[in-house]
Amino acid sequence: MNTITKVEHTEHHGPAAGISRWFYTTNHKDIGTLYLWFSFAMFLTGGCMALMIRAELFQPGLQLIQPDFFNQMTTMHGLIMVFGAVMPAFVGLANWMLPMMVGAPDMALPRMNNWSFWILPFAFAMMLSTLFMDGGAPNFGWTFYAPLSTTYAPPSVTYFIFAVHMMGISSIMGAINIIATILNMRAPGMTMMKLPLFVWTWLITAFLLIAVMPVLAGVVTMMLMDIHFGTSFFNAAGGGDPVLFQHVFWFFGHPEVYIMILPAFGIVSEIIPTFARKRLFGYSSMVYATSSIAFLSFIVWAHHMFTVGLPLMGELFFMYATMLIAVPTGVKVFNWVATMFRGSMTFETPMLFAIAFVVLFTIGGFSGLMLAIAPADFQYHDTYFVVAHFHYVLVPGAVFAIMAGVYYWLPKWTGHYYPETMGKVHFWCSFVGVNLTFFPMHFIGLAGMPRRIPDYALQFADFNMIASIGAFIFGFSQLIFLVLIIKTIRGGSPATSEVWDEPTGLEWTVPSPAPYHTFTTPPEVK
Amino acid sequence: MSHETYYVPAQSRWPIFASIALFLLAYGAGTLINGLKTQTGDTGLLLLLAGAFMMSLILIGWFRHVINEGMDGKFSPQADLSFRWGMSWFIFSEIMFFVAFFGALFYVRTLAVPWLGGEGEKGVSNMLWQGFEAQWPLLTTPDMEQFPGARAVIDPWHLPLINTAILISSSFTITLAHHALKAERRSAIILWHGLTVVLGVIFLFFQASEYIEAYQELGLTLESGIYGATFFILTGFHGLHVTLGTLMLIIIWIRVLKGHFTPDSHFGYEAVAWYWHFVDVVWVGLFLFVYVF
Repeated sequence: MNTITKVEHTEHHGPAAGISRWFYTTNHKDIGTLYLWFSFAMFLTGGCMALMIRAELFQPGLQLIQPDFFNQMTTMHGLIMVFGAVMPAFVGLANWMLPMMVGAPDMALPRMNNWSFWILPFAFAMMLSTLFMDGGAPNFGWTFYAPLSTTYAPPSVTYFIFAVHMMGISSIMGAINIIATILNMRAPGMTMMKLPLFVWTWLITAFLLIAVMPVLAGVVTMMLMDIHFGTSFFNAAGGGDPVLFQHVFWFFGHPEVYIMILPAFGIVSEIIPTFARKRLFGYSSMVYATSSIAFLSFIVWAHHMFTVGLPLMGELFFMYATMLIAVPTGVKVFNWVATMFRGSMTFETPMLFAIAFVVLFTIGGFSGLMLAIAPADFQYHDTYFVVAHFHYVLVPGAVFAIMAGVYYWLPKWTGHYYPETMGKVHFWCSFVGVNLTFFPMHFIGLAGMPRRIPDYALQFADFNMIASIGAFIFGFSQLIFLVLIIKTIRGGSPATSEVWDEPTGLEWTVPSPAPYHTFTTPPEVK
Repeated sequence: MSHETYYVPAQSRWPIFASIALFLLAYGAGTLINGLKTQTGDTGLLLLLAGAFMMSLILIGWFRHVINEGMDGKFSPQADLSFRWGMSWFIFSEIMFFVAFFGALFYVRTLAVPWLGGEGEKGVSNMLWQGFEAQWPLLTTPDMEQFPGARAVIDPWHLPLINTAILISSSFTITLAHHALKAERRSAIILWHGLTVVLGVIFLFFQASEYIEAYQELGLTLESGIYGATFFILTGFHGLHVTLGTLMLIIIWIRVLKGHFTPDSHFGYEAVAWYWHFVDVVWVGLFLFVYVF
């Protein structure tokens, strides 16, 4: 009896009382929650900036904001959505779910886990503070090409550089923690080829993060040196090359876009089998496809730079290497469809988001394939067609997958079912809004409307108006999501430990809500 | 309970204060650097120093905390393996940091500079500075007024060669020290480890005198075009890593003296040794591609 009480006290204690719990916590569920709320706050912040852009573009001519502020909005919107919304959301989901999915008591390095999170609010406070500085916030686009970001940058670029360094430190530590957790903390019997796909995709994502975030740190460091210490990395007058910036940036940037989509593949691969009531079709081919995509991501970066003046062999190599990515991606889409084929499907909100992901991400994938064709890209480059392409893979792609994951695991986190009708309303509003916003952009892009310009020719007016209306529908629909989450946290019909109809995975063997500490004793995996 | 439990530390104040310190460091550095030209960076310097002071205290405290936990036997072999994975992937991230700069060096040497000089497929860039001739090391830059090239570059066969010998020997001495640690030959480990520290310090001294020579005699500076830029960013960041590595060696030497390590439990020692080998390998790359070729 005595020993049992002791174990209770040292290992099964609940969360600390008061607000300090969130500052000092080493618990993966607390840190996951922090990441997810932070990400949602950034999603709304970056979303407001997007709405400002769309409000300005509602009609041709300059209406609401000055061109320089418009540029600041496009830049900050991109940076915040990439580094503040999508990436932290995936890390939050990883924190919540990975230890439970592999049967571990917590993340491998719990204190460092806390640090990875708490760097982020400070980094973004610094990034957002540039909006109020002399000369304004960074206005050179989220890709911050030199010399716009060096010779012609506002003074706030220095703070931007240090903010990027802080985000990089956070991401690298987060990724190291995730790899160590997956490789070292699996329950006995949980072999690599039994890992849930969300775990697999995160393992590969974490590898990509550790490989490319230091390269981003390197490129912003070279910028800092060029701006303040007289070097000429990106200045041809000293023998450097502005194109060098683009090479180094996209060596980071291309794996980065897979960092934002591979965990989404994982989430969708968890959800579709549950609601199709079938095993995932082609598990091992999914693992190999994800690995192939990760490998290819390192050798395709210059497809972002077809118009910059690459040697012909370069254009050809990067064109064909890029097209190769369609093969493993096609394997994945085929497997998702094959999983649903003749399944006993039901369409709860997570499944709706997951199916929308498969369809709409595939549209984004196909427009990517069009952009991969170098001679055709000369026409599409820097037009709204590119904007349409990457928003299709990132919004109904990455963001829908995050939302699908939140709906899927919310009952496990809170112990309550979310209101299903409200979830469906959120889905349909988002679905209509997203397509209204981004589908017309394909047309205006092909017709030649350039991106990152606050004004446009009259013939683009109708499609722009539709896109702006769609953007406001999508933006305000997210308030439904916010209300739904708060409602579910505060109450609702109690969830069973399985939550859904016989889902697979260790996370469904623990009660809902999941106890503060799960698997202090490793479960047996058969 | 027969199985070992994985140690999940209780709540900790270190990380959030480390975040505040990092913020002060970054914000201070930004303000200081932005104020360099107008002499208005004083607030920045103050914030930077405050951040650096706070960060040093936190690092000392945090590491002390972890060391005490380790000495209390809180870390199971599984936790030890987590640390090993953590350190290995951290070193991998450091390698990728240097890859960015090596990549930049290879790109300008094999593509950008020859193109500017009119060679190769994109030689049309020569129209920007007609008559500019490609060479490496790049002593005559396209715009000699803005970026006056160096008069000469560092001769690889003097100080850099000696430094190469020093760093490679230090990798051997730390391995000898590690073997002595495993064989419990206390005086041998103190000697070999101390020698490693001394070699690290000599390396840094030579590196500093090389920088002085570059600035004062050769006119090789940060401003002297892409050769100076790549030279100083690669050797500079390497030098910073050697400084950090030497500090780590000194701390770990003190821990050896205090008897913190046993033949089968000394991960802290191994982590520092791995790090030292990493700065050594990077130096070999530097010696070959920055100095020799």
